[in-house]
Amino acid sequence: MNLVSNIPVLVIIIPLFSAILIPVFGRISRSFGWYISLFATFFSFIISISLLNTVLTTGKISYRLGGWEPPWGIEYLVDYLNGYVLVVVGLIAFIVTVFAKKSVEKEIDADKITPFYSVYMLFITGLMGIIITGDIFNLYVFIEIASLSSYALVAMGRKRAALMASYNYLILGTIAATFILLGIGYLYMVTGTLNMADLSRRLPALYNSKVVLTAFAFFTVGISLKLALFPLHIWMPNAYTFSPSVVSAIMASTATKYGAYILIRIMFSVFTLDFDIRVIPFNEILVFLSSVAIIAGSVIALAQTNLRRMLAYSSVGQIGYIVLGAAIANQLAMTGGLIHILNHALMKGTLFLVAGSILYMTGIEEISDLNGMGRKMPLTMAAFTIGALSMIGFPLTVGFVSKWYLALGALDAGMWPLVLVIIISSLLTAVYFGRIIERIYFRDSIGAGEDSNQIIGQSGQSEAPMSMVLPTLILAGLCIVFGIAAFFPVSIAAKAANMLLGGG
Amino acid sequence: MEIIETAMPIYAIAVSLLAIIPIGLSGERNPNLRESWTITAAILKFIIIVSMIPIVLDGKVIEYSLITVLPGIDVKFRVDALSLVFAVTASFLWIVTSIFSIGYMRALKEHSQTRYFAFFAAAMAATIGVAFSANLFTLFLFYEAITICTFPLVAHNETPDAIKGARRYIIYLLGTSLAFQLFAIILTYNIAGTLEFANHGILAGKASDLMLIIIFILFIAGITKAALMPLHSWLPAAMVAPTPVSAFLHAVAVVNVGVFTVLKVLLYIFGTGLLYRLGISTVFIYFVSFTIIVASIIALRQDNLKRMLAYSTVSQLSYIILGASLLGRNGITGGIIHIAIHSFAKITLFFAAGAIYVANHKTMISELNGMGRKMPFTMTAFAIASLSIIGIPPLSGFLSKWYLMIGSIESGHAPILIVLVASTLLNASYFLPVVYAAFFKKLPSDEKSEIREAPAFMIIPIMVTAVGTLLLFFAPSLLLDLAGIVLGNLTGGY
Repeated sequence: MNLVSNIPVLVIIIPLFSAILIPVFGRISRSFGWYISLFATFFSFIISISLLNTVLTTGKISYRLGGWEPPWGIEYLVDYLNGYVLVVVGLIAFIVTVFAKKSVEKEIDADKITPFYSVYMLFITGLMGIIITGDIFNLYVFIEIASLSSYALVAMGRKRAALMASYNYLILGTIAATFILLGIGYLYMVTGTLNMADLSRRLPALYNSKVVLTAFAFFTVGISLKLALFPLHIWMPNAYTFSPSVVSAIMASTATKYGAYILIRIMFSVFTLDFDIRVIPFNEILVFLSSVAIIAGSVIALAQTNLRRMLAYSSVGQIGYIVLGAAIANQLAMTGGLIHILNHALMKGTLFLVAGSILYMTGIEEISDLNGMGRKMPLTMAAFTIGALSMIGFPLTVGFVSKWYLALGALDAGMWPLVLVIIISSLLTAVYFGRIIERIYFRDSIGAGEDSNQIIGQSGQSEAPMSMVLPTLILAGLCIVFGIAAFFPVSIAAKAANMLLGGG
Repeated sequence: MEIIETAMPIYAIAVSLLAIIPIGLSGERNPNLRESWTITAAILKFIIIVSMIPIVLDGKVIEYSLITVLPGIDVKFRVDALSLVFAVTASFLWIVTSIFSIGYMRALKEHSQTRYFAFFAAAMAATIGVAFSANLFTLFLFYEAITICTFPLVAHNETPDAIKGARRYIIYLLGTSLAFQLFAIILTYNIAGTLEFANHGILAGKASDLMLIIIFILFIAGITKAALMPLHSWLPAAMVAPTPVSAFLHAVAVVNVGVFTVLKVLLYIFGTGLLYRLGISTVFIYFVSFTIIVASIIALRQDNLKRMLAYSTVSQLSYIILGASLLGRNGITGGIIHIAIHSFAKITLFFAAGAIYVANHKTMISELNGMGRKMPFTMTAFAIASLSIIGIPPLSGFLSKWYLMIGSIESGHAPILIVLVASTLLNASYFLPVVYAAFFKKLPSDEKSEIREAPAFMIIPIMVTAVGTLLLFFAPSLLLDLAGIVLGNLTGGY
């Protein structure tokens, strides 16, 4: 076998081996950690693009791990859906890694930097594995790899509260993983297979079985916990607030996405739409839950005083959008939900990187200390403004594209109250971002600077270093690029949606 | 109808957008250079827009498609007669406003002038974007851009009061447009499958009457820039802005964008035929009349000059909407020409208010006794503009009122005549006392009756716009020709 035909597995192998190499080289110099990570994420990104490209031109890619035939061996399967999600995760992982160098040096003790990058690479391995695998038990294994490494990453935060946040996340994450494992076990019990494609062939005959129903229930609750779908989101705000900036950026823009991805995979690829709608009114429940998530996330975000915590609650609402698209389950809404995986990753990534830059330069975490920041860090704040406008859903930003498709999908399904939900949440978003923008541009920085870490004086510019500003600006720029040239990502999302809804 | 593909509308928009770069680079260090960029861009923009007039008068339409965001959603521009009425007025008044701004900002030694001129230019680019938009998406895009770009202008003073006013400004404009206008646009697209403006509307026969009425209400509630009551209170709140900004809001951009958008929705999304059939225009006419009368009554009770002018604007804007919703030839003509006519008069009034503030630091009407002697030029211009708003010949305000009156009879809404007459009387009773006090009352005893005019940079714009209100009466042919083309297309075949 040559290298080209093994490309799918390289997405996993590269970060996995980097995770092993980093401690080895770390003994020589600490700086190797970052370089190896950068190299690994860059290649994963390139490979994921080439995979998506292959899928778009030739169709599904099926890769047999170790040459074992499915359904006995583990199959890696790349189709429109996960080809697309892979690229999203690859892109964000690469950009965040570029950003990481300075931020990690500042926020993490010197002797922990090497382990940090090693665990960080394991986390990326887990993410990529979850997305690419076509085997449901292998999926569980990767979920555990990603989860365990993320507990460790969260715990590396500067404050003691990070330990508590991580512990909380650990308990709930483990419950979630257990539920998912139980679901897998039940399915295996009745079908005798673990391959997703095989499962979807055997399950329809068993749709009335109580065991299958139980399995589905375990999956749903487990995944919703991982996904932080309201009201199972309670681990998330603390985890995002107290973890190192880089970790909150990568988790906010990719980790919740893998949850959404698994949910969609299980709902539409393992089970079918037929089961979701006919056997139990699952979609209706999900429409309701995600609407509540959208509104509740925005309302709670409104009340926050800590920037990252506000962004975390905003994520609770945004996850609702993705799930809503899947729950309405028609072509337009599904496209909207799927495109929001990319769009939310771009805008939330931007915003968390901005939060990281602010923390790096000034030590500020509270919204009330952000006065006058527009003059001190003009580029970073410009990125923030773009991210915020995008979250509100301004035309020519990515946020508009998602909301447009979701709203049209809801109308198509005759569920016009959902348009109200989307609009109300946009208004709330406008309020909680609006007050920050007003602060950073129109208030003087009197009262700021109580934090002893503050490097800068009351006036004058003090922009973050280029290695942080540049990735932030690139993500912000992509929010606009994919808001204007929206047709390209939307066409991929539309193909994935069509495939999931049984269009071939 | 012949269509010409040219990027001219893009140039007209881009010229002020590009000007931001040299404006920003010149900065506070070189204010003369910075201001020369503003003026150059303003003049260039005006020339580009004027150069499109002959093409449109020829009965052609200019179109340019910039980019397709999603299938069915393009950023696309179309220059027709209605957009030219608005664009020519706005771009001409922008030149004048820029000159006036220079005088005003320098006389008061205002802070952050670079930011001020940069956002001025951005807002102007967006205004022309609205004027030339070929579909609702493009219009919505620029509509929102104006709100964002004018926020720093309204909040310019950065005092708690200014922030409070600006906050109300943005909450009203952004909130309603995101909540109602966007909803209406989504519904429109869902029903009609397109967002392009078309001469006979795009909604006819596409949905139930109830649905269409809901969409209509959402549109009207969502276009708050038109300052229809009860969603008008952002306009007086925005009076915290420096006076040239108020002039810009009231005569060049924001409110004109509002009424222009309403006209576009009435004429090109619904279409006169559909509105007539739904019967909703009759209800709407009386709804609008309410604003005309009540806003005038409120204006009567103001002592702050700028606030009085603000309420006067609220009332005058509804003339334009009234004209269009009469759905008849003369009514629509009256509405369209009133965009230009009201702008010239109102900008003169605001300029005068600004000049009075700069030269004599007076903001209250009760302080204006004898001001005619101290500021003869300014107050003469003020008098001319007031008379135009009241509608006295030979001033242009008479023309639009004349068309509106004929229009209301033509459409069988004779009671509207009473509204128009009552409004005229109200206009007279809040403007004439000011003019009377300025020219015929004595100065307070502690003030000397020497001439204290504002700087020439401010007086010249005032004179230009005042003369403009006269000229529009004697030579309204361009306006009427353009309005004629709009009507020709509306009533013409498919």
